[in-house]
Amino acid sequence: MATMTAPATRRPEPPREVKTRRSKTGRKVRDNLTGHAFLIGAVLCFALFMWFPMVRGIVMSFQRTRRGETTWVGWDNYTRIVADPSFWIAWKNTFIFTILALVLGYLLPFFVAILLNEFRHAKGYLRILVYLPVMLPPASALFLFKYYAYDPSEAGLFNAILKALHLPTSEWMQSPTMTIPAMVIASTWMNMGSAVLIYLASLQNIPGELYEAAELDGAGVWRRIWNVTIPQTRLILTLLAMLQIVATMQLFIEPLILANGAGTQDSATSVAYLIYQHGFFQNDLNGAAALSVIMLIVLAAFSAVYVRLTTKQD
Amino acid sequence: MADSGTRTLISQAQLQRGRGKYIYWTLLTVVVLGFTLVFLGPLYWMVTGALKSGQEIAQTPPTLWPHDPQLQNYADAWNNLDLAKLMFNTFYYAAGAVFFQLVFDTAAAYALSKLRPVLGNVILGLMLATLMIPAMVLIVPQYVTAIDLPFMHVNLLDSPWAIWLPLVANAFNIFLLKRFFDSIPEDLIAAAQVDGASPLRTLWSIILPMSRPILGVVSIFAVTAVWKDFLWPKLVMPSPETRTLSVGIYAFSGGTPQNVVIAASVIAAVPTVIIFLLFQRNIMSGLTTGSLKG
Repeated sequence: MATMTAPATRRPEPPREVKTRRSKTGRKVRDNLTGHAFLIGAVLCFALFMWFPMVRGIVMSFQRTRRGETTWVGWDNYTRIVADPSFWIAWKNTFIFTILALVLGYLLPFFVAILLNEFRHAKGYLRILVYLPVMLPPASALFLFKYYAYDPSEAGLFNAILKALHLPTSEWMQSPTMTIPAMVIASTWMNMGSAVLIYLASLQNIPGELYEAAELDGAGVWRRIWNVTIPQTRLILTLLAMLQIVATMQLFIEPLILANGAGTQDSATSVAYLIYQHGFFQNDLNGAAALSVIMLIVLAAFSAVYVRLTTKQD
Repeated sequence: MADSGTRTLISQAQLQRGRGKYIYWTLLTVVVLGFTLVFLGPLYWMVTGALKSGQEIAQTPPTLWPHDPQLQNYADAWNNLDLAKLMFNTFYYAAGAVFFQLVFDTAAAYALSKLRPVLGNVILGLMLATLMIPAMVLIVPQYVTAIDLPFMHVNLLDSPWAIWLPLVANAFNIFLLKRFFDSIPEDLIAAAQVDGASPLRTLWSIILPMSRPILGVVSIFAVTAVWKDFLWPKLVMPSPETRTLSVGIYAFSGGTPQNVVIAASVIAAVPTVIIFLLFQRNIMSGLTTGSLKG
C-alpha cells in the first residue's frame, strides 16, 4: 500500500532552464508538437465518445429521424416522453430506490468502516470479504439473487431464513411493494465494499490525539464518533453521498435482471431502464435522447444544490 | 494501513483490559461470523446450488449441502452457452482495453504533466469535466456515434474497437496518472534531456519504470471494468459470436434452467475473484488513492 501514496504533488514552479543545443523558441515549438502528439490518441477518444456525444445527445433530442431522414421537431420528443404514463412511475421508483439505497447503502458502510477500524485482528480477512462482491460481475450476482435468494416459494434462501425465524415470508420480486427494497438489498450487497474501503482510508488519517483529547474530556464512544470521527471525515462523507446518489439514480441492471425490466405492475421501471426501453426497443432514439437530457438536468440540478448546501456551512 | 500503534476511536489499553477485552473479543467473533455469513454465504449458496439437481433446488426447506452433487449443470453451462467462446471474447476485450488505456492514457497524462503543451490545461479541464456526466446520459448518443463514426462513417458494431476506444476516454485514469507523474521530480527529466533523451525515451526509460504501481492499478481497473460492464457491450456486441460473458449469460437466461444459469454465473465470476485475490492490495490501495485525503 505504501508504494501507492504518491509524494506531494507540488513541484518547483520555474520551468526547466536546461541548456540544450537548440534555441529556446525552437525547443518550445518542438515540445509543444510532441506534447500534442502524445495527447492525440486520448483526445480523439474523448472527442468521439465523450465530448461529441454530449452535444449530439442534446441536438438529437430536438430532432426526429425516420427512415434515414432527420428533421427538427422542436420540443416534440420531450412532450411525447413526458406524456408516457411510465415517465412519472419511473421517476417515482428511481427516487424511492435512491432514498432507500441512501439509508441502507450510505450509513451502513460508514458504521462498518468505524467498526473494522477498531479491530486489531482479522482486518485483512474482513476487508476482503466486504470487497469481494464488488468484484463479481453484476449480472452473476443478480442472477444469484433472482433465482436463489428471491425465490418466492419457501425453497428460496431468504424465505427459508424468514421461515426458520418464524417471520412471514415474502413474494419478493413478485410483490410490487417488495420490488424496490429487494433491489436495494441486492445493490447494497454488491456495492458497499468500495465505500467501506474509502471510509477506512479516511478514518486512518484521523490523528489519534483527537480521540485522546476527547476521551480526557470525558466523551464516550458515541460522542467521540459524533464530535471527532464525523467532523474529521466530513469532506469524504459529503462527497460520497453525492457520488452515490448520482450512481443510484442511474439504476438499470437491477430492474433489468431481477425484475425482467419493468417488474410486477411497473414496480421496477427506472428512468435509466426507460431510456433503454425507448432507445433500443421502441426504436425511438430521439425520445431516449430527450429523456437522457432530462435526467442530466435533474442530476446536475441536484448536484448544484447539494454542493451549494454542503459548502455553505463552512 | 494503520499499524497497531495508531490510536483509534477506542484506546488500545481499554481493549486489553477486563470488560473491554471481553467485549472486543465477543464483537470480533460476531462480526467475523456475521461477515462470513453475509458476504461468503451467498457465494457458497451459489456454487453449491449449481451442484444440485433441479428437483433438489425446488425442495423445501432448502438443503445446506447438495445430496447428490453433480457437475452436470456446470458442464451444461459450459457447453450450451458456449462459455469458452464468451470467456475468450471477454479476455480479448479486457486485454485490448488494458493495452489502449496504458498507451493512450499514459501518453496523455505524461504530456499534460511534463511536456505541458499550449492549451494543455484546457484539454485537461475538458477531460475532467466528463467525470461529472452520468454514464447513462451518454449511452444513446454514444451508441449513435458507434454505429456511424463521424467523418469516417464506420460502423463499430461487433468490433472490439467499440469497447476499446470509449474506455480510453477515462478521465479518472488520466487524473490518477497525471497526479503520479506530477510527483516525479523535474530534475530527473531535465537530466535525461541534458543527456539528449527524446520525450518518448524519457517516458519509456524514466517515467514508466517509476510508475509501475500506478500502471498496475490502471490495468487491473481496466480488466475489471470490461468484466463487469453490461449495458454497453450488450448494445455494441449484438451478435452471439462477439458477446461478453455477462451479456451472453443474460441472453441465454430466458430459455435455460435456473441452475445452469447460476453455474454459468459462477464460471463468469471466477476470473475476477482470482484477480481480486491475487491483486487485492493493489486494488484496494488504488481505490483509496483516487479518493481525497480527509
